[in-house]
Amino acid sequence: MTKKPPEVEAEKPTTGHEWDGIRELDNPLPRWWLVIFYISIVVAIVYWILMPAWPGINGYTHGIRGQSDRVNLEHSLAKLQFLRGAQAVKLTNASLEQIETDPQLQSFALAVGASIFGDNCATCHGQGGTGGKGYANLRDDVWLWGGKLEDIQHTITVGVRSGAPERTTRMPSFGRENLLTEPQISDLTQYVLALSGRSKDQPAVNRAAPVFAAQCVSCHKADGKGDQTKGAPDLTDREWLYGSRPEDIREQITQGRGGVMPNWGKRFSPEIIKALAVYVHVNAGGQ
Amino acid sequence: MTTHTQNPVRLLPGSELLLALVAAGGLLSILAAGFSHDHLFRLQAYVFAGAAVIFGFALTAGISGGTLKYEPDRYMDGVIRAGVIATMFWAVIGMLVGVVIACQLAWPTIFYFPEAGWLNFGRLRPLHTSGVIFAFGGNALICTSFWVVQRTCRARLAGGILPWFVFWGYQMFIALAALGYVTGITQGREYAEPEWIVDLWLTVVWVAYLLVFLGTIWKRKEPHIYVANWFYLAFIVTVAVLHLVNNAALPVGPLNHRAYSLFSGVQDALTQWWYGHNAVGFFLTAGFLGIMYYFVPKRAEKPVFSYRLSIVHFWALIFIYIWAGPHHLHYTALPQWAQTLGMTFSIMLWMPSWGGMINGLMTLSGAWDKVRTDPVIRMMVVSLAFYGMSTFEGPLMSIREVNSLSHYTDWTIGHVHSGALGWVGFISFGAIYCMVPWLWKKEKMFSNTLIEWHFWIATSGILLYIAAMWVSGIMEGLMWRAYTDQGFLAFSFIETVSAKHIEFIIRVLGGAMFLGGALIMVYNIWRTIRMPSTAPQAEARPALAAA
Repeated sequence: MTKKPPEVEAEKPTTGHEWDGIRELDNPLPRWWLVIFYISIVVAIVYWILMPAWPGINGYTHGIRGQSDRVNLEHSLAKLQFLRGAQAVKLTNASLEQIETDPQLQSFALAVGASIFGDNCATCHGQGGTGGKGYANLRDDVWLWGGKLEDIQHTITVGVRSGAPERTTRMPSFGRENLLTEPQISDLTQYVLALSGRSKDQPAVNRAAPVFAAQCVSCHKADGKGDQTKGAPDLTDREWLYGSRPEDIREQITQGRGGVMPNWGKRFSPEIIKALAVYVHVNAGGQ
Repeated sequence: MTTHTQNPVRLLPGSELLLALVAAGGLLSILAAGFSHDHLFRLQAYVFAGAAVIFGFALTAGISGGTLKYEPDRYMDGVIRAGVIATMFWAVIGMLVGVVIACQLAWPTIFYFPEAGWLNFGRLRPLHTSGVIFAFGGNALICTSFWVVQRTCRARLAGGILPWFVFWGYQMFIALAALGYVTGITQGREYAEPEWIVDLWLTVVWVAYLLVFLGTIWKRKEPHIYVANWFYLAFIVTVAVLHLVNNAALPVGPLNHRAYSLFSGVQDALTQWWYGHNAVGFFLTAGFLGIMYYFVPKRAEKPVFSYRLSIVHFWALIFIYIWAGPHHLHYTALPQWAQTLGMTFSIMLWMPSWGGMINGLMTLSGAWDKVRTDPVIRMMVVSLAFYGMSTFEGPLMSIREVNSLSHYTDWTIGHVHSGALGWVGFISFGAIYCMVPWLWKKEKMFSNTLIEWHFWIATSGILLYIAAMWVSGIMEGLMWRAYTDQGFLAFSFIETVSAKHIEFIIRVLGGAMFLGGALIMVYNIWRTIRMPSTAPQAEARPALAAA
């Protein structure tokens, strides 16, 4: 072992205490330690002089730099407004069509839309806007509440089933509320499949025809093409909000699920909603 | 068993009283369960009742079988042995849950269990943090403090059966808290999630702990109180104060699990982070400095570097730490002046924190060769290095301008883990590697090679973990504040999450390696306990009587 001889240690003074064999040397505080400690205290005091620091009975010391987080925030917001510049002002006055056709305005609206969509809409509609089960796909040409610019703007503003009177329609849960019997729902499932040419059970389709006429046509219409003023989907296409398999359709007739979309008009300014509408419209290919 | 010796067996004082209290508590719990209309409260009451039955039987067996022997001339080591086992048990559980939730973050679609709500990230995350901090860390602190206070005071633990009550009472607290997290009983305060009834129980246990510790110091046979005991005492006293103030709440009813905080708004937030930061300061720093001050000089067989430094940095640490909490609330509704104070006190805290590192590392001067040969010493040195690094990083991150980048990012997670894995984990492991042969009367640990493996695997794991979190934290911080030329946020939140996927996988790897090291340690301890004891008779009467 390369252990130092004990006399080297013995030279160093200890405090004379010993606990369970542990002794303590009587070394002074390391100078560099003490110096940095003092410097950190000086830094703190200087900072207190410069910045808001100590509370008093009425208010607090404001510091000689006059710094304030509130003022700083206003400055950063103003800087942002300056960056967004004249385009933002134009957005306020332009119509949706003008925004979409003017290349400069459109690129600005798309930048706004992408930013807003990513943090607010993507949660349900997906990062690419392709939706998911129960959440509408915004990249195709199938629309529940209308795909024109104005329709999209309106949907974003009032949401779906979020209080606006024109957006309260709801599909009944035919099974859960015992409005239809199990065999009726089975037949109806075949009828709905037949609307998109997928049923192989013609007798069931025939049996369900009067049920469909009595229960479904008020919203989905006699031809099954749906009604966008009521958010009733077109049943003749191959796009399905809650799944295309027979059991998915059966489940939907039984449960009558209807999604909810927030009322974004309460959160966003009209300009932001305009930009968002253009963003969604352009990315869906436009209707 | 030596039940029928010539001397009548003296019971640990207080055994019968404790049995009576357990019986009464069990009865009360059954009544509470019967009368409560709140199913979560009923669940808690049943746990109390079940525990009372088990402890009632165990105590009865101990009293009648003579295993609760009172031997006033011997150190009370049984409770420390139990503490070592509990520490390692909770270490494995806490770290395992950590790896699970790291997997949930890295692969959210695979590790997603919608049919088992209690496995959700939101429920497992407090299980991990409390499991590691309070179950692993708390048991390590209690068992080492029981060892250190007895040896450095040359006095048996005070309070008769009370140390055993502290040990089992604390396990009971952990079990109740953990059960609460997975069943959804939480008051939503970080690191203080348990609701009022569990808080009250911890208060009882903690006061008992304080009494045992103070009582032992009171009857010490050494003229002075060793520095490790100052730190332990500061930890016990301050945690009691923090716990009581932060959990001040009004229960919905005497038989309801829910309570509402007495504070509201930003006062509530400040109280919570005054607590949260000092849980770091007094639980994870002061307490573990107590471990360091005993086990580093003991293992290195060297005197402590500077008595004066230990005094100055102790008082500076105690005084300054308690003010630093507001730095957790930079750029929030907290008034700016309070943020300033939190930040400046954090900067002044840098050197007082480093005092402990200097005293630990300089103690090893003249014994540096041991770092090469003794992996336990090396573990402690690395622990002190991580301590020094994270106590520099902390003040740095408390500076408002730095914090505006680091806050809410993974940088914080990396910072916490360099402290938790590097400092707290390694100093505890080092202390336990020292204590196991002492406690079970073995010459040394079963395998030095396994300690080497533990050291290298765990150290690599920590480095992977914190490097990954630094990268992902700074990256997401920069992404959050990035604006396009047109003045809009460049990235949506989910894009900043997706960007961290690789770092999240590296974190899983690092965490799993740290867990792997702990498992190696468990095996090593188990084999050590099974080894034949050395000189069982010679060790039977330790130096207590030599006072």
